[in-house]
Amino acid sequence: MTDATTTHRFEDEPQLGDYYALMKPRVMQLVVFTAVVGMLAAPVSVNPVVGFASILFLAIGAGASGALNMWWDADIDAVMKRTSKRPIPAGKVTPQAAMYLGAALSGLSVMMLSLSANLLAGFMLAFTIFFYVVPYSMWLKRSTPQNIVIGGAAGAFPPVIGWIIATGQIAVLEPWLMFALIFMWTPPHFWALALFMRNDYDDAKVPMLTVTHGRRATRNHILGYTVLLVVLAVGTAFTAIGGWIYLAVALVLNALFLKGAYDIWQRDEEMSEADNFATERKFFRLSLWYLFAHFGAILLEAALKPVGLGGW
Amino acid sequence: MALRPEHEIHGRRKGLNIGVGLMLGAFVLLIMLLTFTKITSPEFAVPASQSNGVGELLSTEGSD
Repeated sequence: MTDATTTHRFEDEPQLGDYYALMKPRVMQLVVFTAVVGMLAAPVSVNPVVGFASILFLAIGAGASGALNMWWDADIDAVMKRTSKRPIPAGKVTPQAAMYLGAALSGLSVMMLSLSANLLAGFMLAFTIFFYVVPYSMWLKRSTPQNIVIGGAAGAFPPVIGWIIATGQIAVLEPWLMFALIFMWTPPHFWALALFMRNDYDDAKVPMLTVTHGRRATRNHILGYTVLLVVLAVGTAFTAIGGWIYLAVALVLNALFLKGAYDIWQRDEEMSEADNFATERKFFRLSLWYLFAHFGAILLEAALKPVGLGGW
Repeated sequence: MALRPEHEIHGRRKGLNIGVGLMLGAFVLLIMLLTFTKITSPEFAVPASQSNGVGELLSTEGSD
């Protein structure tokens, strides 16, 4: 064994940051934010320690599902430019280690959330992890262009779990409105990404709508889903989690989002190639702000209620 | 010459071990805090089966 190979192996030794990256930190941030909003928008107050611990265990569960997803998708992650630097394709963490970490943290997070909050919250977290890993990652992602639509449900559960942490109740409208917001937002968000990262999905043979039905159909779908999303997002303003602030935010952002989707629909490939997909990229960036602002407005409405300002 | 790579790998593993150790310590502290919060909450109720004290005999009569 030469010095060069020895040094290389030392450099490949996984660090704490590599295991953290395995848990998809950016997805975890979204999970934490939307779950906190779901928990605080609920009409029942939560002890801060219980709330903090529960959200932490929920985040760990989300990270665990991310690690399991990276274990399963290591082969396609290595092919796609966007994901080729993830810990497994980069050679930092072995697929087996990712699987063990994901499985162990899944069990731990579900058990701890059941103890810190309630059994229903723990059950919903277990279902979310299962849904993301088995139906989405293992079945749908590689077999149907509706992968993003159905898989989006996994990312939409956190506000529902947040609500359950506070109330222990699931059969109420408000948390499912928050679920529907994320569920309907996910397809246009990812299809815009697929439009300007097109070679990635082609190379990995992932049946994204752009690959199976063409780019014209994807543009049509973005507009169609955006119209439905706009109706839902503005309609939410007139429910118990809405109010004047939410309505103002929703009207501005939905007008911008609808305009963005319309612009994408009007364009063809020649126009997009000419400006390197500027409109599609702008729509994708706007979609991130869109979701953040809607949940931020719900949070603000909830925070202002005790002083008589939030809500209607 | 041979010691240098060993130092490097030990350093890298030490960083990981310290990180894991700190996380486990934080986890223990969180469980303690959570337990304290739960048992001091006004909603906390001792299960009926243990209301006479854990391990205490419900009947003082002998079986023989």
